[in-house]
Amino acid sequence: MAIQALDRTAKQIVLTVQDYSIFAWRSLMNLFRPPVYWSDFLMQSDIIGVGSISIVLLSGFFTGGVLALQSAATLSAFGATSVTGRFVSLTMIRELGAVLTGIMVAGRNASSMASELGSMVVTEQIDAMRALGVDPLRKLVTPRIYASIAMLFFLTIVADAFGILGGAAVTVFLNHQNGTQYFSMAWESLHFRDISQGLTKPLFFGYIIASIGCFHGMKTTGGTEGVGRSTIQAVVTSSVLIIVADFLITHVMLSLWPS
Amino acid sequence: MSLSLLTELDPLKDTLPVVEMRHVTISFDGPPVLADISFRVAPHETRILLGPAGVGKSVLLKLINGLVKPDQGEVLLFGDEVSLMPEQELFPLRARTGMVFQEGALFDSLTVRDNVGYQLIEENKLSDEEIDAKVRESLKFVGLEETFLLFPASLSGGMRRRVAIARALINQPDLLLYDSPTGGLDPITSTNIISLIVKQRDVHQTPSLLVTHRLQDAFTMCTHRFDAGTDEMVPLPKGETDAKTTFMMLDEGKLIFDGTLHELLHTDNAFVKEFLE
Repeated sequence: MAIQALDRTAKQIVLTVQDYSIFAWRSLMNLFRPPVYWSDFLMQSDIIGVGSISIVLLSGFFTGGVLALQSAATLSAFGATSVTGRFVSLTMIRELGAVLTGIMVAGRNASSMASELGSMVVTEQIDAMRALGVDPLRKLVTPRIYASIAMLFFLTIVADAFGILGGAAVTVFLNHQNGTQYFSMAWESLHFRDISQGLTKPLFFGYIIASIGCFHGMKTTGGTEGVGRSTIQAVVTSSVLIIVADFLITHVMLSLWPS
Repeated sequence: MSLSLLTELDPLKDTLPVVEMRHVTISFDGPPVLADISFRVAPHETRILLGPAGVGKSVLLKLINGLVKPDQGEVLLFGDEVSLMPEQELFPLRARTGMVFQEGALFDSLTVRDNVGYQLIEENKLSDEEIDAKVRESLKFVGLEETFLLFPASLSGGMRRRVAIARALINQPDLLLYDSPTGGLDPITSTNIISLIVKQRDVHQTPSLLVTHRLQDAFTMCTHRFDAGTDEMVPLPKGETDAKTTFMMLDEGKLIFDGTLHELLHTDNAFVKEFLE
């Protein structure tokens, strides 16, 4: 009995991965075949990008602040509080800016994509769209994926910038250190490899957020309860995948450009 | 000779079935929902599919335009085998088919204008003014011109179904599929919806397949015609029925009846008799 259940679950997982792979690949490739829904892309960019800016800005600012607080306490033991700027900027740009933005946007937008598309599925609006001769993948999913990729790139830059500013605020106003020194250390320590690593990640994270959110939405079954289930699955799966992808990308990029 | 004239003169157009199912079986993680279903819809014909709730009537409609694929058998739409076609090739075929869903399935984030004109907007061949004119014409057909700028949420259940009918009709489809268009509506609204379907049948002679579990609607369609002079549905003379309107009945996934109203009323099938009573 237990083996049968295990067998069923394993098959289900393999099938889901297969479905997701086909879904995600087709959605991505739709950009290279007409029709391309540019107006939907712009609308989704506004919803994902402009709509998420406040949470990204706040989370970036306070994370930078916390990094400065924590690092200053440790660095002061070695008389190295002057490198706080370096520590904050490198951590934000290489890691936390992209990951935090990814997770914040996943919480806000993967859930909204899953619930919106899920509601459309259970009310037969997706079937109606197909019956009217319009491809829902092309019309609903592809614009969300590209908007998510593009916007996460810019939102990460915002998070990085406000993280460094948050660190500066703590350094100057709470730790009473020199602001010029903080910024010059932050600037001087940055290299191309750090920035390229920090700005490559959001491209993958944006893809994960939108493809997972839309996939769970389009696979919704079981009425309004199913919509709730899809929303939870979308947020959990995309958040976990962001962290897994972060590890893999970091590993690959560090082997390409060792520190 | 123009293409439209060629199409008009094409003798095959009036002889080939618009829809044909051959030994179709489908199941969803369990016993078959539909088993060994075969039937045809001829040009200008209206077929009414009867059956209790949950016997697979809606699934049968979705099989016709490829929204779901059969496990076995063939589904031919306008002569093309849709069960073998990839999704991309199905879109042009579906665009020739108008479908009215059970609850209307209107896009709730779009106005009535955008819902009804959805197909035209997506095709991007007409100007906004031309689309507006066509939408108004289609809304006039269902008597809802005043809802042009409203959102579906502000419409009643009956109005939503009528908007859904307007959306299905706007492109003058070659086939109409109605999925329980009167389900859950009061008798007066149901009669209004049925009169619209009869109007479409008699004015445009579009072949159609109507799914319902309401006998009253089915019989009304067979015993009434649309009078263009009074713009109303009127009863046919006593004893007369619409020859192009025929019936099918599903029970437990099987097609147990296929014939005229007269044959339906005089069948020996025990389930049909019980259903009619």
